[in-house]
Formats: sequence, C-alpha cells, structure tokens
Amino acid sequence: MSAKPIPGTPVFTGAYAMRGYALNKMCYSLNAAANRAAFLADEDGYCAQYGLTPPQRAAIAARNVAQLIEAGGNVYYLAKFAGIFGLNVQDLGAQQTGVSVDEFKAKLKAHAIHNDAVKAGRLANV
Amino acid sequence: MSNIIGSVATSHIPAIGNAIHKGLQKDEYWQPFFDGFPPARAWLHAAKPDVAVVVYNDHGLNFFLDKMPTFAVGAAPVYTSEDEGWGIPTVPPVRGAPELSWAIIEQAVADEFDVTTCQEMLVDHACTVPLQLMWPEGWEGIRIVPIAINTVQHPLPSAKRCLAFGQSIGRAIRAFAQTLNVVVISTGGLSHQLEGERAGFLNPEFDDLCLNALINKPELLTRYSAHEIVELAGSQGAEILNWIVGRGILGGAAREVVRNYHIPISNTAAALQVLEPA
Repeated sequence: MSAKPIPGTPVFTGAYAMRGYALNKMCYSLNAAANRAAFLADEDGYCAQYGLTPPQRAAIAARNVAQLIEAGGNVYYLAKFAGIFGLNVQDLGAQQTGVSVDEFKAKLKAHAIHNDAVKAGRLANV
Repeated sequence: MSNIIGSVATSHIPAIGNAIHKGLQKDEYWQPFFDGFPPARAWLHAAKPDVAVVVYNDHGLNFFLDKMPTFAVGAAPVYTSEDEGWGIPTVPPVRGAPELSWAIIEQAVADEFDVTTCQEMLVDHACTVPLQLMWPEGWEGIRIVPIAINTVQHPLPSAKRCLAFGQSIGRAIRAFAQTLNVVVISTGGLSHQLEGERAGFLNPEFDDLCLNALINKPELLTRYSAHEIVELAGSQGAEILNWIVGRGILGGAAREVVRNYHIPISNTAAALQVLEPA
C-alpha cells in the first residue's frame, strides 16, 4: 500500500528496511564499545564484515546523513554511528537541512512562542 | 482486582538522561522542562503505585530489524539498561512484575492482540529516562511491566489499534488477582522529526490537539492513519502511539492533573501530561 509522499520526509518502510539492512546491522553493532573501537581502528575492514553496499560504504565514508538515509539507514541506528564522532541530532538536522547548527537550533526555538498556549490547551479545540 | 491510579505521559529524549547525569536541572535551557515534574512527582507519591506499566518504543537496544514485533510485552523478573552507542549512561536495574505481565499477555491474546512475549528484555532510554524523571531518588520501591510498541519500522500499528490494545491491557490490570496500585507511564513525542529535509519539523497545533483529545476524547485521534500522524507530528512524532496505548489502559473518563509543554528540548516538542480517573 503506498501513501502520498510527505515532502522532505523519508518514511522507513519495508523497502527502506530491506535496502538498509546491512548498514543498520553494522550501526546496531556499534552499541558495544569494543565494536566502536574496532570500527575506528579499521573502518574498511569493519564495513566489509557487514557487507555494506557500495552506496552505503560511500555514505559512511562521507559521513553524509542524507546519503545514509537514502541508502536505507534508519536514523535511530545512524545515531549510533554519529555518536562515535560526538555528533548529536542537532548536528544531523543541520547537515540534512543545509544550515549551521546554530541556525538549526534557532529554527527549533522559533516554535517556542507557542509554549504557553499549548501548556494552557488554547491552541487547538477538540 | 488491581487499581489503575492514573497515567503519566512524558517525552523520553535521550538528552534528558544526560542532563540528569550532569545535574543540569536548573540550567537555563533545561529548567522549563524539569520544572514540570515536581507536581507530577507529588501526585505520583501521593498515589503510591506498586507497579508501573511503561509503554514505550525501543530504539535499537533490545530489538533489531531482524525481528521487529508490533506489540511486545516484557515478562522478566528484572530489566537492565545497556550501552546504546552514543553515550547515555546506564542506570540501575528495575524489577519486573511477571505475574502481572502474564495476566496482560493472557488478556491481550484472548482479545486477539497477538503479542510477542519477552522473558528477557533490555530497556533503553525510552523506558529508563521517564523512570529517572519520576523516581529521581531511585526505583527500588517500584516494579514495571514494559510494553514496546513499534513506532519505527512501517507499517506501524494504527492509532485505533493502539487505543484498543491499551483498553485490553486495562481490562487485564483491573481483573488481576492481586491488589496492586498501577500507574501507566507512556513515553515519547510529541512532535519531532530527525531525518530528511524536513528535519526539525515541529507542530505545536497538532501537539495541543493531541493533549486536549487525550483527556477525554482519545477516539478523535483514531481518525488519523499512522502515515497521517507522521505528516502531522513528524517521523518520530509517531511516538504519540505510545501515549494512545497508555490512554487506552487508563480507560474511562479522566481529569488532567498536570500539563507541561516546552520547545525545544533537543529536536523535540517536550510534553508532560498526568491524568487521573475522573
């Protein structure tokens, strides 16, 4: 069943889950500190163990989040990869939207003008 | 017969765990978030729960994509956290309530919810951060039944199915042979999106709609497909499904005791809502 695409929003469907399986499996392995160390010691060898596809290997090499997503990476697993380099989800967001991290944070904060209205339940009638 | 004393629904952003670890609760960035919790904890401590049923989604700690259950019920004597890869500290183990877990499993399957049962289950930040928020002094006095919902790999369960699943769990708790006070802890959300060109998407209007509907009209949320929820709440805003399960468990008419809402915490519209039976 295919639903209307949501602009700018890759939905992690079965098609992505199949395409990204090797990449996500490698990222899942990075839960273990010993595996993170093994990745850093020999990135090529570590990726080879998991049989990454060429686009997945290239996206890992480039540390490019958009390419990793396109190669089937799920962001919860990619976060484990990004964590090796001390990157958080604001860093990932900035990279994917082509702005600086400060600009990305400012964009988030702009929504704070609604905080009091939502706290009081005044923004939406049900 | 056990008693459901109410529900606490809260965001479970990993950065909260790091902020607690570093003692940043009074920091300018964090204070508006943490300030929501003292009244929630006062309510919780007055209500004296024995067991917390925690509805959350796993982020690649216990479950990988090799086997991805739509609904999974923990039935372990103890639950532990573990390294999640990006630096959140682990927390002490939490005791289980396996007799209640099996009562929930029996009722759910009788009601045609074909759950996955887990006699061993690691619990990630989505389960443990809310425990840290509600029991900052430690959780020796509480036992949990963790219930994991697939909000990650589509197809996700529908909001309608989630509400009905929660109602089934609620029936199991009320019919349980032991006399326990049970609190529902629902975790995740509200609106946020981590990936794609729309990363950073937030939707306070939809969040407010959800918070208002969850009090006494949760069925309003069942009109949205999981895909529509992603469109309205963002990819990870689909975690509202956990809150809908939790509202189903609470059942009946409810009264809102505490609400907090704060943008931004990390990439997320952070929210807290405590409901009790009206």
